[in-house]
Amino acid sequence: MEQERVIQIRNLNVYYKNHKKTPFSKDRMNHVLKGVDLDVYEGEILGLAGESGCGKSTLAKTIVGMNKIYDGVLEQKYSDPQMVFQDPYSSLNPSKKIGWLLEEPLKSDKKYKWTKEEREKRVKEIIKAVGLTENMLDRYPSQLSGGQRQRISIGVALMRNPKVLVADEPVSALDVTIQAQILELLQQLHRNMGITILFISHDLRVIYQICDHVAVMKDGIIQEYGETKSVYKNPSSEYTKELLRAAGIRK
Amino acid sequence: MKRFLSLFRKNKATGKRNSYLILGCIFTGVILLMVFIGLFYMPYSPTKMDASSKLQGFSFKHWMGTDHMGRDVLSRVMYGSRVTLAIAASTIVIGAGLGTIIGALTGYFGGIFDEVSMRVIDAMLAFPSILLSLVFVSLFGTGTYQVAVALGISFVPSFARIVRGEFLRSKNMDYVEVARLQGVSDMRIIFVHILPNTVGVLMSSIMIGFNNAVLAEAGLSFLGIGAQPPYASLGNMLSDAQSYLFNRPSYVISIGVVIVIMVLGFSFLSEGIKRISNY
Repeated sequence: MEQERVIQIRNLNVYYKNHKKTPFSKDRMNHVLKGVDLDVYEGEILGLAGESGCGKSTLAKTIVGMNKIYDGVLEQKYSDPQMVFQDPYSSLNPSKKIGWLLEEPLKSDKKYKWTKEEREKRVKEIIKAVGLTENMLDRYPSQLSGGQRQRISIGVALMRNPKVLVADEPVSALDVTIQAQILELLQQLHRNMGITILFISHDLRVIYQICDHVAVMKDGIIQEYGETKSVYKNPSSEYTKELLRAAGIRK
Repeated sequence: MKRFLSLFRKNKATGKRNSYLILGCIFTGVILLMVFIGLFYMPYSPTKMDASSKLQGFSFKHWMGTDHMGRDVLSRVMYGSRVTLAIAASTIVIGAGLGTIIGALTGYFGGIFDEVSMRVIDAMLAFPSILLSLVFVSLFGTGTYQVAVALGISFVPSFARIVRGEFLRSKNMDYVEVARLQGVSDMRIIFVHILPNTVGVLMSSIMIGFNNAVLAEAGLSFLGIGAQPPYASLGNMLSDAQSYLFNRPSYVISIGVVIVIMVLGFSFLSEGIKRISNY
């Protein structure tokens, strides 16, 4: 069965402008993504691996439209992709209750006008879907643990029923047992709702656990792409081998 | 209400009491009670003169004595603190209101608008606020309302600075990015998402600002601008009283003590609010 592409990226270049240090020095452009080609297929979990600073987050931000300055082709089948951030402590507004936070994406939905009853129903639906109970809705984020907060962040991203979810290091700020639970939750949501997930992580073990395909990135270039199992068995690039060795997966 | 009351008890975790908050509430409570009673009942009319009882000391008939025109000082203090508090409150409403809007917009959007308004604010901050309000008063004319507006404008820069700083800190937080990603409008992000997170800082600076406003009003009235005789405000009463510093010290002292209680009350309150999270 030929799978459909949800996201098609061809020769994507992204630059950041370095601010002038003195009035006399020239503006320098920081070339972050250097011609990235990547396909994301419908209904898969694609892992994006690479060391810090290699451009993973920039790619994620470009896909969800937070970074509007780029050249190259970026075609998406579905509009309105959503994103889960790394740090569950800063991605939830500390002065709002959980119920409010979950409702907010529906209030600002431009495609569909949600009535109050529909919003309440949807909030209850999602809080169950992310494995929490309704009595959480009256709490503030500071009263929740890191894992619970990350569940809420995922819930906020899912409110408008997106087809594509970009998860930028969603488990790196959590400890190992909670990591496993959140990964479990992502897999479960992927199965039940048929969401395509672009999973970004520096942890190759985590990617091996949940991803169908994997792309390895270094210095703004995709070094290697393929099915997760075959890449882990026979890595073609030196960099992937090195990463696998560092993760203790390969000797 | 229960949560509010628990602020005054000992914190179970640290075993400490927020004594600043308690003292602040007592002091401001005394002043507010006095002003509140003054709305309905004053022992004498604050403007009624009586040549036969000039410059008396403390007595049961005149609790705070009388002034150089035989007016009852307690009644005048009741009336004067009302005027002073009203001016201070409207100063804060104008200053904090405008300052918050300017600070929020410049901090959030940045760019050329930010640069220009910050340089204007720097220029305003370079003048002492008393001098600045003197300039405004000479533009608008003297009187209670004019002083309130003048002081309000001279308080805008400090509030704008504080709020701008908070917005610069908050605008790159992930929760703002999340809101932006969901297509929440900028105005809603500014006033609904970020502004509630600045309330802690804003509240304590409002309290400090209130203090400064009381002192600035007293200062301006002392200089003869502000509430005009025969009507009283704490400042112009103090300026009257200083001529009788040596032959009737009780006159100066009673007014001075009221100003001290008022100012101390608000600074304790601001410190107490600042510490709520730590207790």
